[in-house]
Amino acid sequence: MRRLTHLERLEAESIHIMREVAAEAAKPVMLYSVGKDSAVMLHLAKKAFYPSPPPFPLMHVDTTWKFKDMYALREKAAQDAGMELLVWQNPEAKERGINPFDHGALHTDMWKTQGLKQALDHHGFDAAFGGARRDEEKSRAKERIFSFRTANHGWDPKQQRPELWNLYNAKKAKGESIRVFPLSNWTELDIWQYIMAENIEIVPLYFAAPRPTYEYEGGLFMADDIDRLEKVMGHRPEITERSVRFRTLGCSPLTGAVESEASTLADVVQEMLLTTTSERQGRVIDQDEGGAGMEKKKQEGYF
Amino acid sequence: MADASYETDALIADDINAYLDQHQNKSLLRFITCGSVDDGKSTLIGRLLYDSKMIFEDQLAALEADSKKVGTQGQDIDFALLVDGLAAEREQGITIDVAYRFFATEKRKFIVADTPGHEQYTRNMVTGASTADCAVILVDARKGMLVQTRRHSYLAHLLGIKHLVLAVNKMDLVDYDQSTFDQIVADYSTFADEIGIETFTAVPISGFKGDNITSSPSANTTWYDGPSLIDHLETIEIANVAAQEKPFRMPVQWVNRPNLDFRGFSGLIGSGTVKRGDAVRIVPSGKTSTIKTIVTYDGELDEAVAGQSVTITLEDEVDCSRGDVIAAADNPPEASDQFEATLVWMDDEALKPGRGYTLKLASQSVTATVQEPKYEINVNNVGGSGEKLATKTLELNSIGVAEIHTDRPITFEAYEDSRALGGFILVDKITNATVGAGMLHFSLRRASNVHWQATTITRDHHADLKNQKPRVLWFTGLSGSGKSTIANAVEQRLNVMNRHTFLLDGDNVRHGLNKDLGFTEADRIENIRRVGEVAKLMTDAGLIVLTAFISPFRAERDLVRAMMEDCEFIEIFVDTPLEVAEQRDVKGLYKKARSGDLKNFTGIDSPYEAPDEPEIRVNTVEMTVEEAADHIISQIMPLK
Repeated sequence: MRRLTHLERLEAESIHIMREVAAEAAKPVMLYSVGKDSAVMLHLAKKAFYPSPPPFPLMHVDTTWKFKDMYALREKAAQDAGMELLVWQNPEAKERGINPFDHGALHTDMWKTQGLKQALDHHGFDAAFGGARRDEEKSRAKERIFSFRTANHGWDPKQQRPELWNLYNAKKAKGESIRVFPLSNWTELDIWQYIMAENIEIVPLYFAAPRPTYEYEGGLFMADDIDRLEKVMGHRPEITERSVRFRTLGCSPLTGAVESEASTLADVVQEMLLTTTSERQGRVIDQDEGGAGMEKKKQEGYF
Repeated sequence: MADASYETDALIADDINAYLDQHQNKSLLRFITCGSVDDGKSTLIGRLLYDSKMIFEDQLAALEADSKKVGTQGQDIDFALLVDGLAAEREQGITIDVAYRFFATEKRKFIVADTPGHEQYTRNMVTGASTADCAVILVDARKGMLVQTRRHSYLAHLLGIKHLVLAVNKMDLVDYDQSTFDQIVADYSTFADEIGIETFTAVPISGFKGDNITSSPSANTTWYDGPSLIDHLETIEIANVAAQEKPFRMPVQWVNRPNLDFRGFSGLIGSGTVKRGDAVRIVPSGKTSTIKTIVTYDGELDEAVAGQSVTITLEDEVDCSRGDVIAAADNPPEASDQFEATLVWMDDEALKPGRGYTLKLASQSVTATVQEPKYEINVNNVGGSGEKLATKTLELNSIGVAEIHTDRPITFEAYEDSRALGGFILVDKITNATVGAGMLHFSLRRASNVHWQATTITRDHHADLKNQKPRVLWFTGLSGSGKSTIANAVEQRLNVMNRHTFLLDGDNVRHGLNKDLGFTEADRIENIRRVGEVAKLMTDAGLIVLTAFISPFRAERDLVRAMMEDCEFIEIFVDTPLEVAEQRDVKGLYKKARSGDLKNFTGIDSPYEAPDEPEIRVNTVEMTVEEAADHIISQIMPLK
């Protein structure tokens, strides 16, 4: 008799989900954002199929505005896992020079929402793993593990398939696809505990270090590429070196830094537990259109 | 307000490593909360999240603002707003789907399925209950047991939940009166006995005020000597642990074959434990072998238990693939193709008895047909008289007991013994929607006792002797489209070519084999199923079978297709527009249908679903009968 811990059970569930997709989908892909949740998801994929490499590629839907450290880890992680890395940058957004300063919400829509749809269509993927968790946000709490999308990538919360036991219905018509969330039942603390227990490599930006920062519209940001910032902002932002870290990673000009001295995993978890603002607050995305921001984005095809 | 208690665990600040150690080895309990609309479910869950410090300050600020704006608790915090997710339902003030919430105490992580209480959403509650170890049934202390209380308890019991908690909520609104609580508990006990619930635990609470949620007894209920809700949830035995006591079963999900030297079978262990060297049996083939290694990314294991995802290698080269179950050699599960099951219908379109659905059970997917239900269960009157209702079908959110037949044997166990091998879903073959869920009770015949007679002369021998490849040429089209005429012409040509054929004609079959069937949708489905079975036997005998049936429903044609060997089913769409067929009206049937003398006539008051991708299509407006027959012959060459 052996009592499994909550992490062991979460791990077993995630692995089971990934194997179901590998067995039933025609052409799956794992979306990889280089954040800590992606790191855990990738680690679980390695475990699920060992000694084979995961039988699908990794894909990064890039905005060209991610942190340099993220790009570096992206290449290394794919290589370590023995997986093909696909990168997609929306050609239209690239041509129009869409950026977070001049284009606001359009930046996320063009690079991420539209970019993701283009990438999935271009490669013909019929199932895409994503690292979203149900504890992140209210509308996520109701999303299925296998989330069915129309040929236009739309999500209809009223037409979700009931999901019973651990039986997932992966059937779909031509052109339709499924987003699969193997980390649905993990919480932020579970993710951190698992990273510690499994010694998973994550982007160093999660740990506090002295970094060049600037203030913008009341938030604190890191100047990851000062020359590019200057070009887009029209002036060189005033840089101050501060000990900062990031609680969530997205586009560098959209991801608020927090002043912190937490330089180890235990410190970071301690800070996370003691802090009284929730994870996504550092990201601008959920605050659009009142509380219904994420729900609306998902109906339009955002992950 | 409870703001004063809103402090984080002191250990986090004092010794984070000790805190992490403590939390690294928690167990995991999944439970479901059920109650009717106003029983305060969302408030209770909001309270649990709040009391276990799962709400951040910014969320708290948003909550306070929302409470004032749309809350139903005046100036107080409306905890329900924390958990009522989607915008549409926030406006309606009700929860419409299953939402999953998370919180943790020092001992356990909890996953809560929050499911709605109103009648039309049985499917959501069943979904939430399917993964739960425990159900918290909420009752409003002012109202006592309601019809919904009985229904929710029944559903929880039906889904095999062993631990029931009766949470008598809103005790603050009855002045924490002990006799009110005692009366509700007594009423519930009587009901629980009636429907076979062995034990339950009753707790008097106030989700709104916080009484007996985290500690007990609250100052307001000094008469209560039981555990608080959380204390109780922390001590419930987890089903996953109990499953380890049962015989070993692992449904194979995926065959792991990185190179020629390694062949592993990956799966989630459904029950029991497994060790290196254990004797195992592959079901349904019955082949035996021995466990060679239990492989994981973290190294080989000596032993693995129910709930772990592993990869197993065997000592022998035995056939084993997705859908098979690796089981204890001396105690394997049965395989069968006919069952009795309880079905919960989850789709707007009612169950069609006789139609082929995809049945998924563990990693097995087969085609299954459901017979006309034996009865429907009146969930509002379980335990009472009138519990069983006569019915011919199951509508959305109804529950019934029916026979299920599968097109090949599947490995199973009774649901009460194993959720992993006893629970299944039904998927519509056209819409791909999950239309039903079921729990197997028992096999109607021991398939293991009706082995296929291994005949010496096989279907290949029959076909070889006739110098042909057996096939079914399935003509479908409207009445009067020319199916029989063209099929007849095709058969003549095959006969001239010395081929052995048989023509099954719709009208002729109805004089004999199917004379007991009428023209309702259900009867038409059964008509086609029987013809399919006869055609199948004839292909086994090596014949080229021609069938001429309207066969209006795509699902039934696909069902017949699924019965046949690959490439042996040739669907021929005799494509004649309704106006043309009606004009021909060889048998005068359209006239009768138009005048109302003939009901359920395809094309008039019953639909015809044209094939999407038939193997062959003939257009009888552009082609003569002779041209159509020649075209079909050219398409099915060579004949061997």
